[in-house]
Amino acid sequence: MKHAKTATQNACKLCNPLGACLAFRGIESCVPFLHGSQGCATYIRRYLISHYKEPIDIASSNFHEESAVFGGSHNLKIGLKNVSDQYKPQVIGVATTCLSETIGDDVPGILREYKKEFKNGTPMPILIHASTPSYQGSHIDGFHAAVRATVKTLAENGEEQSLINLFPNMVSPADLRYLKEIFNDFKAPLMLLPDYSQTMDGGPWGEYHRIPPGGTPASAIVSAGSASASIEFGSTLEASKSAAGYLEEAFDVPRYHLSLPIGIKESDKFFSLLETLTGRPRPEKYEDERRRLIDAYADGHKYVFEKKVILYGEEDLVVAITAFLSEIGMTPLLCASGGKSGLLKKRIMELIPDMDVLGIKVREGVDFADIEDEAKVLKPDFLIGNSKGYTMSRKNNIPLLRLGFPIHDRFGGQRMHHLGYRGTQELFDRIVNTVIEQRQNASSIGYTYM
Amino acid sequence: MEQITILEGRQKQIFEKKKGVAQPDIACDTSSLSGSVSQRACVFCGSRVVLYPIADAIHVVHGPIGCAAYTWDIRGAVSSGPELHRLSFSTDLQEMDVIYGGEKKLYHSLIELIEQYKPKAAFIYSTCIVGLIGDDIEAVCRKVAKETGIPVLPVHSEGFKGTKKDGYKAACHSLMKLIGTGPIDEISKYSINILGEFNLAGEAWIIRQYYEKMGIEVVATLTGDGRIDAVRRAHGATLNVVQCSGSMTWLAKEMEEKYGIPYIRVSYFGIEDMSKSLYDVAKYFPDRPDIMDAAKQVVSEEVKTLYPSLQKFKKALTGKKAAIYVGGAFKTFSLIKALRSIGMSVVLAGSQTGNKDDYARLKEMCDEGTVIVDDSNPVELSKFILEKEADLLIGGVKERPIAFKLGIGFCDHNHERKIPLAGFVGMYNFALEVYQSVMSPVWQFAPRKGGTL
Repeated sequence: MKHAKTATQNACKLCNPLGACLAFRGIESCVPFLHGSQGCATYIRRYLISHYKEPIDIASSNFHEESAVFGGSHNLKIGLKNVSDQYKPQVIGVATTCLSETIGDDVPGILREYKKEFKNGTPMPILIHASTPSYQGSHIDGFHAAVRATVKTLAENGEEQSLINLFPNMVSPADLRYLKEIFNDFKAPLMLLPDYSQTMDGGPWGEYHRIPPGGTPASAIVSAGSASASIEFGSTLEASKSAAGYLEEAFDVPRYHLSLPIGIKESDKFFSLLETLTGRPRPEKYEDERRRLIDAYADGHKYVFEKKVILYGEEDLVVAITAFLSEIGMTPLLCASGGKSGLLKKRIMELIPDMDVLGIKVREGVDFADIEDEAKVLKPDFLIGNSKGYTMSRKNNIPLLRLGFPIHDRFGGQRMHHLGYRGTQELFDRIVNTVIEQRQNASSIGYTYM
Repeated sequence: MEQITILEGRQKQIFEKKKGVAQPDIACDTSSLSGSVSQRACVFCGSRVVLYPIADAIHVVHGPIGCAAYTWDIRGAVSSGPELHRLSFSTDLQEMDVIYGGEKKLYHSLIELIEQYKPKAAFIYSTCIVGLIGDDIEAVCRKVAKETGIPVLPVHSEGFKGTKKDGYKAACHSLMKLIGTGPIDEISKYSINILGEFNLAGEAWIIRQYYEKMGIEVVATLTGDGRIDAVRRAHGATLNVVQCSGSMTWLAKEMEEKYGIPYIRVSYFGIEDMSKSLYDVAKYFPDRPDIMDAAKQVVSEEVKTLYPSLQKFKKALTGKKAAIYVGGAFKTFSLIKALRSIGMSVVLAGSQTGNKDDYARLKEMCDEGTVIVDDSNPVELSKFILEKEADLLIGGVKERPIAFKLGIGFCDHNHERKIPLAGFVGMYNFALEVYQSVMSPVWQFAPRKGGTL
């Protein structure tokens, strides 16, 4: 029975400040700082830790009733001072919350005052401010807002240098490492932002680290304004909200906008762009990766052809996975996201013009109750998305292929590849194995070769 | 190695037990220092954890999406029947709602959810923003209650209006509205309520079974495996047995005042405290010596099998040092005793929400050199783990990576756990988990234990 639906039930999105905290963790010696209640920082820490399995210190201005009435300026300043004393960071990334946004705190003004008032104390960290009200958008918007704010605060004009900025979107630490490897192999200087490949997936500590090692140094971000180009992943990410958009506007750094490179076609676009920008052919190693992937497509094509799935997650990820599925003959019956950019359908249509004929449905701004209702009717072979789909997967007995963020019920989500030939290979292997396992389980024979 | 310093504003909340040194009271019961990266959450969190296990009610979070998303299916609180508590409902307030108010959205959400899920009651949690935009939650709840015929209970849990403890109180306040509305004619004189037991990994079932073996009727468990009808009848019990004192003492006091039901404080962790919690209840019914006999019987049967099974762990763990940082201080007392019973000493003991009396008792219990902390943070915890050379940290999800980064064992003792640690069987599980983590050969590769970086 269909019910009227006002409330969000089992959300397929998170709040704006979470994305900002993650992005700030990708800056070297940076402490993320939430201007709001203590709970926001603590809940977000807990949520991120369950995926990344790393210590994640997020400071909070810890509002009380007085701050809500008289403004949070006092608490913010004390908080910044305490974080500076205790963590000795080079950067503090301040993100707002629904609370501080609603009372209308002028955070940039407070930060200016703070710098004046405390200039003679401990070394002054660089203060970045991102506006991330939780009543707007979702975590991915907070992520991009923080990246844009960082560039806006730090990037400077300068003589053009052979440097490429890469804004990779909210991808895994393993993906970030892969991207760095690619640039290294192309011998192309890279400014990757954010880079939480080490801070969110690092080694053991011989001694205590207030802030874990790794991340993009502030000095490197300064150079972003004089880079020769910016590459930005995320097909629904608009220039007006993005870091590369800002750099193009402010410093004429050309913005090359790509979908997340998943699948052969989109990965080819990325590698071709790198060839153009660097003037070098792609290293043989990636030709090999590509060849192995094509070979794997051939070996596995019969398992996956015309398999039907429901796909959900951040819009950019959904578009990218849709592109990949379409090149291996799988049909996403439903492409769903809790995000609401208004661009999801348009972008998928661009990739798959005959989507309506193929029966591909696109829905923005949905929750897991909506997706589950659809699943009951559409009866997909499996689900693809983050681990929050497990509840409906179990209830409706539909297998779930986990990817993206968060992975709370499996090990190693932070080490999962999604991007490029290597990431696509990993995804393809996992998809084929999902089908094989399903067949094997359903068979009464117990085949040992599948 | 660089000395880790403590923030000036935090020094009064830290104490090291030393002989011959003046022993000031530890400062506690204060809101967290801004910028100190407290391990605490907020008022909303306090309310949410207390009411969460009530499984036949819907729990609706009125606010932007985060608060509901981060608490979706977050606890290991299991139910023997309905599982509405494992769903996440939010009014998901948007910018226009913030400007024009969220009352209508809340009203429609409630009417629809109640129609769809047919709960026995609904709890409506206010979040920060609701405290600012001035939605009249009470009025909406009254209206919906009238139209649907079920209790619709507002929980005043705006995140910034106090600490987690105020959230406990707000939750208990809602429970008080339910208590006293159910029939109690058939309740035995030899009956109790179990308060502050949340049925993590089925712990309430284990405890309940012990009491039932003693011939005690358990009227309601608040709130583990909770049911609205049971809560309504809770005023019919003769005695309230309170665990997790931080969250439920207020409710016990209110019930004492309103219904004349006395309460005792207990803990179900460790052999000593678990046994005591059975004896203390038995003592309350002196006209029935058979209850005490049965309690002794339960304890002796359980200990007979448990004690020998612990010796392997004790042998391996003797001399190892533990650090404890958990939510409530009462749990710390039990853990110190439980650790001692497997040969371990405690070098750091702390809690998010302990009060003055708790810390005074902790001081008394602890060995010399033990550090006691209130409302601590990752920097301090790391400092003392290193300085005191702990081999184990007991805490929750947020503390776990600190232990692992520093190359020491960890035991999850929070509300997400999936293994029961309460009761006699829980003591076995606890010892096993500590043993499996502390004695793992993986630590040989940790840089601090001689591994290479």
